[in-house]
Amino acid sequence: MSDATTPTATAALPFSEAIPGAVTEVTPNGLVVAADKLCELATYLRDQEGYDYLSMVTSVDWPQYFEVVYYLYQVGRSRTGAVAREPLVLKVRLPDKSSPQLPSVCSIWPGADLQEREVYDMMGIRFTGHPNLRRILLWEGFEGYPLRKDFKEPYFEEPAKPFKSRHPDGHHVWAEDRVPWKDNVSYPIGWDPDLWTQPEVQYRKIMQVDRGNGHGSEFKTDRILINMGPQHPSTHGVFRMVVAVDGENIVGLEPEIGYLHRCHEKIGERNTYIMNIPFTDRLDYIASMSNNFGYVLAVEKLAGIQVPERAEYIRVIMAELTRIVSHFIAVGFLFNDLGAYFTPALYGLRERELILDLFEAASGSRMMCNYMRFGGVFADLPEGWVERARDLVWNRLPRVMDDFEKLLAGNEIFETRCRGIGVLTAEEAIAYSMAGPMLRASGVPYDLRKSRPYSIYDRFDFDICTRPEGDVWARFRVRMDEIYQSIRILKQALDGLPAGPVMPPGKKQHQIRVPAGEAYAAVEGPKGELGFYIVSDGKPNPYRYHVRAPTFINLTSLEKMCIGHKIADSVVILGAIDIVLGEVDR
Amino acid sequence: MTEKPEVPDVPADLQRNVFLTTLDTIYNWGRIKSMWPMAFGLACCAIEFMAMMAARFDLSRFGMEITRASPRQADLMFVSGTVTKKMVPNIVRLYNQMAEPKYVLAVGACATSGGPFKEGYNVVSGIDKFIPVDVYVPGCPPTPEAIIHGVMRIHEMVMKQSIKTVPWYRRDQRNEAVPVPVLGPDLYDPRHRDALRQLANAAKEGQP
Repeated sequence: MSDATTPTATAALPFSEAIPGAVTEVTPNGLVVAADKLCELATYLRDQEGYDYLSMVTSVDWPQYFEVVYYLYQVGRSRTGAVAREPLVLKVRLPDKSSPQLPSVCSIWPGADLQEREVYDMMGIRFTGHPNLRRILLWEGFEGYPLRKDFKEPYFEEPAKPFKSRHPDGHHVWAEDRVPWKDNVSYPIGWDPDLWTQPEVQYRKIMQVDRGNGHGSEFKTDRILINMGPQHPSTHGVFRMVVAVDGENIVGLEPEIGYLHRCHEKIGERNTYIMNIPFTDRLDYIASMSNNFGYVLAVEKLAGIQVPERAEYIRVIMAELTRIVSHFIAVGFLFNDLGAYFTPALYGLRERELILDLFEAASGSRMMCNYMRFGGVFADLPEGWVERARDLVWNRLPRVMDDFEKLLAGNEIFETRCRGIGVLTAEEAIAYSMAGPMLRASGVPYDLRKSRPYSIYDRFDFDICTRPEGDVWARFRVRMDEIYQSIRILKQALDGLPAGPVMPPGKKQHQIRVPAGEAYAAVEGPKGELGFYIVSDGKPNPYRYHVRAPTFINLTSLEKMCIGHKIADSVVILGAIDIVLGEVDR
Repeated sequence: MTEKPEVPDVPADLQRNVFLTTLDTIYNWGRIKSMWPMAFGLACCAIEFMAMMAARFDLSRFGMEITRASPRQADLMFVSGTVTKKMVPNIVRLYNQMAEPKYVLAVGACATSGGPFKEGYNVVSGIDKFIPVDVYVPGCPPTPEAIIHGVMRIHEMVMKQSIKTVPWYRRDQRNEAVPVPVLGPDLYDPRHRDALRQLANAAKEGQP
């Protein structure tokens, strides 16, 4: 909205020779595309221009129109060693606010599947041609589209924080006492509970269970639907999947998420910028430091804040320690899922405790560190911290990795359970917008720390870990190798840690001034590209705040990976994605 | 005791090994040393729950290291994390499936009150809106020590119960299930039914 748009001659518009009339406007933050030409342009971009990776789909509710935003990368080029261009941003504006719709790009980039459903769920934008367009984070039948600006939650106080006093006349007012039902609920006027029937999700139809017949003509088998979760020991939290099986073989799978949907983005749009930092901790709660990192990078990009050298080093050290924690837990719980009950996970948790001690010493909190600030970090490292970290990095972690290699990596049962299971080829991984270890395990050497270095990652010497196999074993191996690379980065960063301030000079600013505009910053989190998309209209609160959650998008390919395998393998394949529900559901 | 009880039938090798206690104490002691938590995690606090189970904090010191995935075999439910509207029907159903005696520990700010996410449209303001909670542990997330402290409070509570009065041995026990909330246009608590119907009827009459 705030973008100064200059009228451009039609001939100068990009891609106008290939698809005339597709791009209608060039803005500093992306190309505006006509909705009816979107699929045509998308096909052209994928096939001719090499934009084979749809990183993010989201939407913004502007007063005059809805805007759907697509971020496209050229990931396939990283395989050939060609230089990838900057991300291409497409924007489709939908002026019809009563029934916004546009064509789905699912058939062009399958990775759009869950993301388009999320946009539909949150903003009510319909994607025509989407194979399974229904609510994803909320349930079928929920009233309203929460991320629209006119949606008010039951506890609504004011459009933006900081709220006026919650102590009018010196008395505290409970949120429950302000609302009619004394609870966080509101019903449409005249809603009669006795007449209500919840719209049923037709899993049987989606997975063609009724049509079922097995292999062979003489022996007919029925397909059965099996529900796993949301309370299930191996779904890593409150994840649910509905599996259609033929005998023991999976013929269909539908992830059902949203059981931990904590309204992160809606709350984030009410919060001021700095208030969001502790909320990002709770996204991927195993790796809180890298969430902080991504968010502060996005705001710094928008506000143009310079970070002192020492703070950059500390950030990298924290992010890499976080990666080690996350991978230890991922590896440990992958074995848990395979039936090596709790011992490998215990080993992972043991090392996690030592790293959390370092986090606690630096930030004051074990898990939810809330450590980074715009322009630096919240506090300098305490005395003796570096020595403790050095001891861990040089002495302890390499020894632990030796143990892990000896005990886990060569295990015969593990190999037979993991080799050739849940295979994704490189092309499929790119098409499904996989990120992080999932993408690299399919042989695509794509790591944001190398391909689009942020912070000071261009100074460190490390390798991108890839495996060509693309199966569960490769994902395990990539995570193990990345721990070694993290140790390598940590050694360089701890050696090079300069003295100096950890915040920019001047008075400490709590309410930073963010100019109008938009920014997308991403870090290579332990689970993949963790991106923060922030649109500012110059007010103290973000106008739009969106998180590109890697594990959420990685779930898109779950069905593809599971089909044809036994139902017991689905648990392993899910474990290898390493989902964290706080991030999946946000 | 002033008089020493006569124990002529106790064999000599057992005589120094007999302890006298009340039935309640031995019964409750047995229960707290074999209290099985349900393996059930909701959000961030579940990670600290796992840390509590792991070697450093080690809940097995309390005889509680066996977690059960089935609610029917569990005695203690840790509501560890944000309770969302989409999840709460499942949590209430799990609670109903647990057999008496059963205890509920609300771990962290979210399970207690909604915590930092309270204002969210999909967040329940504390699990105690639906099921009875025995102990609340504050913190976001609570440290494993804090959760262990909460567990010890539960143990204290159990030690105070008496076999004569506990509801699960009474002939007149009601054992009523908690009504399971329904996902309507918003989360619908069946206990609001009458009030909602009155409103609906009023709206119908006001319309023509």
